[in-house]
Amino acid sequence: MERLLSIIFIYILVENFVLQRFFGICPFLGVSRKMETAIGMSMAVVFVMTMATIVTWLLFTFVLEPFNLQYLQIVTFILVIASLVQLVETTLRKISPTLYQGLGIFLPLITTNCAIMAVALLAVREEFVFVEAVVFGVAASLGFSLALVIMAGIRERLELAEIPDVLQGSAVTLITAGILSLAFMGFRGMLSL
Amino acid sequence: MQIFYAIIALGLIGLLFGILLSMAARIFSVKVDPRVDKVKDVLPGANCGACGYAGCVQFAEAVVRGEADPGGCIPGAGDTAEALADVLNLEVGKAEALVATVFCIGDNTKAVDLFIYDGVEDCAVAGRFNGGFKACGYGCLGLGNCVRVCPFDAIEIGSHGLPVVDQQACTGCGLCVKACPRDLIKTLPRRSNRGHLVLCSSHDRGKSVSKACSVGCIACKACVKACPQEAIDMEDKLAVIDLDKCDDCGACVPVCPPETIYPRTAIPANLKELEKQPLAAGAPESSS
Repeated sequence: MERLLSIIFIYILVENFVLQRFFGICPFLGVSRKMETAIGMSMAVVFVMTMATIVTWLLFTFVLEPFNLQYLQIVTFILVIASLVQLVETTLRKISPTLYQGLGIFLPLITTNCAIMAVALLAVREEFVFVEAVVFGVAASLGFSLALVIMAGIRERLELAEIPDVLQGSAVTLITAGILSLAFMGFRGMLSL
Repeated sequence: MQIFYAIIALGLIGLLFGILLSMAARIFSVKVDPRVDKVKDVLPGANCGACGYAGCVQFAEAVVRGEADPGGCIPGAGDTAEALADVLNLEVGKAEALVATVFCIGDNTKAVDLFIYDGVEDCAVAGRFNGGFKACGYGCLGLGNCVRVCPFDAIEIGSHGLPVVDQQACTGCGLCVKACPRDLIKTLPRRSNRGHLVLCSSHDRGKSVSKACSVGCIACKACVKACPQEAIDMEDKLAVIDLDKCDDCGACVPVCPPETIYPRTAIPANLKELEKQPLAAGAPESSS
């Protein structure tokens, strides 16, 4: 239990996927302009990341490892994530059209989100047991969501701020992301597994 | 040997996911009503939103579900309604074709300007700035909010500084009605352009109206008394003609001191026509 809690804490704050590990920077900068889209993307990521961790962990432990095929993990995981996203999309469209419309274009976008791949690979490398891997997936996606929501909040305010001409647009966004990342470095070393 | 395991394992995983996906596609297939596409093809496709739905596709879905009245497409008017009726095998009431009409003729030769406005080209902004540059607080500022919002390019600002509706191109979608910060545009039933109109929107008192504009309604009630059909009413110091009662007799036209009343046929049908014959120049002929 203690280990699970520390996994949650570590991967939301200390080892935040976006701000400390620098995974998934593309959606982090791409969809953080509005809070609404940021939350939509976050929900989609939580959903897919958790599913992806579960499936890849099972595949790795029960298929790749027994046959000594660990070196195939990246190819396999790409396959898994791509089909999983597709599967989720078709299922969601039928079962919950509201959620499908809410997540909208974010679902297919996630296929190419490297944070998902990272979760799958790290869950294996850290040699988590199944429950730990699931919690790890959830925590990592929550960390991603946290970073995205904070960023969206800041950027919504930046819209109203007076920004010097040279810094306008992506410049100020990248600087903001950098400062945010520095702030999260304050959690460094607080806890480790 | 290793490599065969790899190939088999990866192939099997791929096959498994492939089967899973195709099964999911089969089981969870969402049936899209083919009628939605047909309805969508019939609609004008301007996504103007006049029907109250976000766009033509949403309207099509609502029509197929039976929630929306197929006659609700205003730009498409009767033709679209009939085409929809063919697609859906329905009887529909025709949407009444509308046309936008600007209720201000105080152009730059007739309305008095208070000062030269040199700010943002936006009627709402100009109107807030010291109450607008025109002496008349109700008159058209002519900065073209209606022009910018029109999806059909059916409204233009003429050299006289007022918008002119191209009656051929206008679909009556009503976007300009909403865009005008001074509520000067109304959509009227086309009905072969019948009826007379008081082309002024000023609710000011007669004295200040005549100071601000030579063609504004001064609320003298001469037309009210002259109308044999009793089609004209005063609404807050502005004469308004009820088009349903008006029989185009033209009795109100000669009695109006500032010449604000015109038969609808005299309103120029587009910018070219206006430049050929400005509205107020020729005496409005009545079609008795």
